[in-house]
Amino acid sequence: MSSSIQFSQQTLAVSRKNLAPERKICNPFVVVCRASVADTQTLPKNSSTSSLKKPLMITKNLPHDIHDERKVISMGKSGRFGGKFVPEILMTCLTQLEAEFNLALHDSQFQEELRTALRDYIGRETPLYFAKRLTDYYKDKNGGEGPEIYLKREDLSHLGAHKINNAIAQAMIAKRMGLKSVVAATGAGQHGVAAAAACAKLSLECTVFMGKEDMEKQASNVLSMKLLGAQVKPVEGTFKDASSEAIRNWVGNLETTYYLMGTVVGPHPCPMMVREFQSVIGKETRRQAMEKWGGKPDVLVACVGSGSNALGLFHEFIGDHDVRLIGIEAAGFGLDSGRHSATLSRGEVGVYHGTMSYLLQDEEGQILAPHSIGVGLEYPGVGPEVSFLKETGRAEFHSAMDEEAIDACQRLSRLEGIIPALESSHALAFLEKLCPTLANGTKVVVNVSGRGDKDAATVLELIQT
Amino acid sequence: MAVALKSTASFLQLKKPETHSLNLLSFQKSSVSVKRFAPMASLISAPAVGLAETFSRLKKDGKVALIPYITAGDPDLATTAEALKVLDSSGSDIIELGVPYSDPLADGPVIQAAATRSLARGTNFNAIISMLKEVVPQLSSPIALFTYYNPILKRGVENFMSTINDVGVRGLVVPDVPLEETETLRSEAIKKNIELVLLTTPTTPTERMKAIVEAAEGFVYLVSSVGVTGARASVSDRVETLLNDIKEATTKPVAVGFGISKPDHVKRVVGWGADGVIVGSAMVKLLGDAKSPEEGLKELETFTKSLKAALP
Repeated sequence: MSSSIQFSQQTLAVSRKNLAPERKICNPFVVVCRASVADTQTLPKNSSTSSLKKPLMITKNLPHDIHDERKVISMGKSGRFGGKFVPEILMTCLTQLEAEFNLALHDSQFQEELRTALRDYIGRETPLYFAKRLTDYYKDKNGGEGPEIYLKREDLSHLGAHKINNAIAQAMIAKRMGLKSVVAATGAGQHGVAAAAACAKLSLECTVFMGKEDMEKQASNVLSMKLLGAQVKPVEGTFKDASSEAIRNWVGNLETTYYLMGTVVGPHPCPMMVREFQSVIGKETRRQAMEKWGGKPDVLVACVGSGSNALGLFHEFIGDHDVRLIGIEAAGFGLDSGRHSATLSRGEVGVYHGTMSYLLQDEEGQILAPHSIGVGLEYPGVGPEVSFLKETGRAEFHSAMDEEAIDACQRLSRLEGIIPALESSHALAFLEKLCPTLANGTKVVVNVSGRGDKDAATVLELIQT
Repeated sequence: MAVALKSTASFLQLKKPETHSLNLLSFQKSSVSVKRFAPMASLISAPAVGLAETFSRLKKDGKVALIPYITAGDPDLATTAEALKVLDSSGSDIIELGVPYSDPLADGPVIQAAATRSLARGTNFNAIISMLKEVVPQLSSPIALFTYYNPILKRGVENFMSTINDVGVRGLVVPDVPLEETETLRSEAIKKNIELVLLTTPTTPTERMKAIVEAAEGFVYLVSSVGVTGARASVSDRVETLLNDIKEATTKPVAVGFGISKPDHVKRVVGWGADGVIVGSAMVKLLGDAKSPEEGLKELETFTKSLKAALP
């Protein structure tokens, strides 16, 4: 224990030296703040942050005051993606949030509390499970050849999804900032439930905005949120509309309220914060892979709605070019049906909810309503860092349709006794195409980002009809 | 009066030489288009007057600008066209026209609902532009478009600026682009003689406000309260302090908006030294709630006149 504390102090010193506030972020390929996350066990012995490059700062041709480096506001760009496309009223607030986030990252007490919460409240680490029957199923279909499939069991996290990793950490930041209430928007309800629980634990008031359509589809999560003491506010429409409404509510209550972003979208620093708190998934995976087979995974597969579980798994491995990163979007009724959530496959770059990323938009630049059977994948945008992974070609992106996801959900349920969320089922569905292309011994890790209890009724209804 | 003269002089100094020549070009251009669409009105009105110039003319006369806002296409574009004429003839000095957007983050329920209705009716940018092409030559007040960023990006910033310039739009407000992201917008706007209005708010620190007002063109848009657009019971006393701070930093005109909905509010804000008042949701509500477009236009006229009467 004492050595671990010493270690944290060491990393703290390194971090302070190299991560002065104006020298952060901007490029997800540069692993920022790795030295300071809660999970310090994964830190390589000679870890150095010297790879930090000068971030992209927007300073050209602006009035003189902005040239003064102390007043430069970091815009959090990954290539052309990211930024802070928000009403001026929010700018100062976002700057304060970023400052608090950086303080928290370098605060050993915060880190110790977060470590404890991850272990004792959330139940981390989550297992890296060898899915033997699923592995055999694909080998049998392919003449005995195929990869070994491992599942990263985020479904075993407290409340059944990866969302709590981020919710608890951000609720702790809200508490540090002295704020009394939290506002959040949720799609499938997993983030809403996580936010509600984190707020209960930390004695914060919680208001969750949720689309009326989603409330019907994910009724059990609505009940959980209420039981956890959150106020659930219905919004006409879906997650997209709930997000806008939650942001509006926040804008009107900036002095008392924390906006708890549930995924890697929104204005900087939101995507960076969520990615940082979710990156524990990938860090654990690296360690567990080393323990289990003495190496790295060869292929990582995760579903992509807006990207938090995918980035959580991928981020740790972005610098490992021998690790394939595959994100699976929701093709809904098909990519050509006009009813899907495949933002990276079919979207175009634009600005939405405060950030520049790929977007589903019409020829007028109006935002389109996405569709997926996995409600948590229904978002017309996608994280800026995920957009950057697509544009640079570092990650591959494919898609799976509603029915493929439903099949995959049943398959895992029957073969392994694990009911995956319909969102995660999209990642599992891609195994159908991926496995026949991979050789024996290839190690594939699929992120089972959440459990499917919430979807049981939907799946059974669709199978029967 | 001495103060007014002094600030007018400094406005002239701020104007860049190229802006003048562009001004002239665009005036000639609109005169041409005017001939085609509304020959009589064009000879009387002066559509090439920009926002800053409007303010300096008013200031010379000791007047304060009335700036109403309406959402294009609610209830339909024909009514919007009529509403622009009504606003123009009822005492408006500049008119802000909102381009409906699917996800208007800075707007409260009234304008959000108007945008949703407008889009549901099929309003699109080209239709708005066609309408403006006909109507702008008939107006004496300059038009400033209020639009979110994504529709501009989709069209291409350069293309967008030349399109709106072609139909005589003089100003632009983009509520979701903060100072740091304005570079492209600013440079393209300047090329097309469009004045890019920037917003400052009660949460903006003084140093940042100074940078914003320095970069703002046309006028400085002071957001009166922490929150989205929409009528409020009263105007916060904080606005007086904010106005004083801005006035110390710049001689550019300052217009106050967000939550201004009554003649009383207008009087207060003018008393604190504002050069203009922006009234949005209250106008939009009149048009949106009216039983018929005719009734809405009638109410719009009465309301605009009542606000004008509250101004010096």
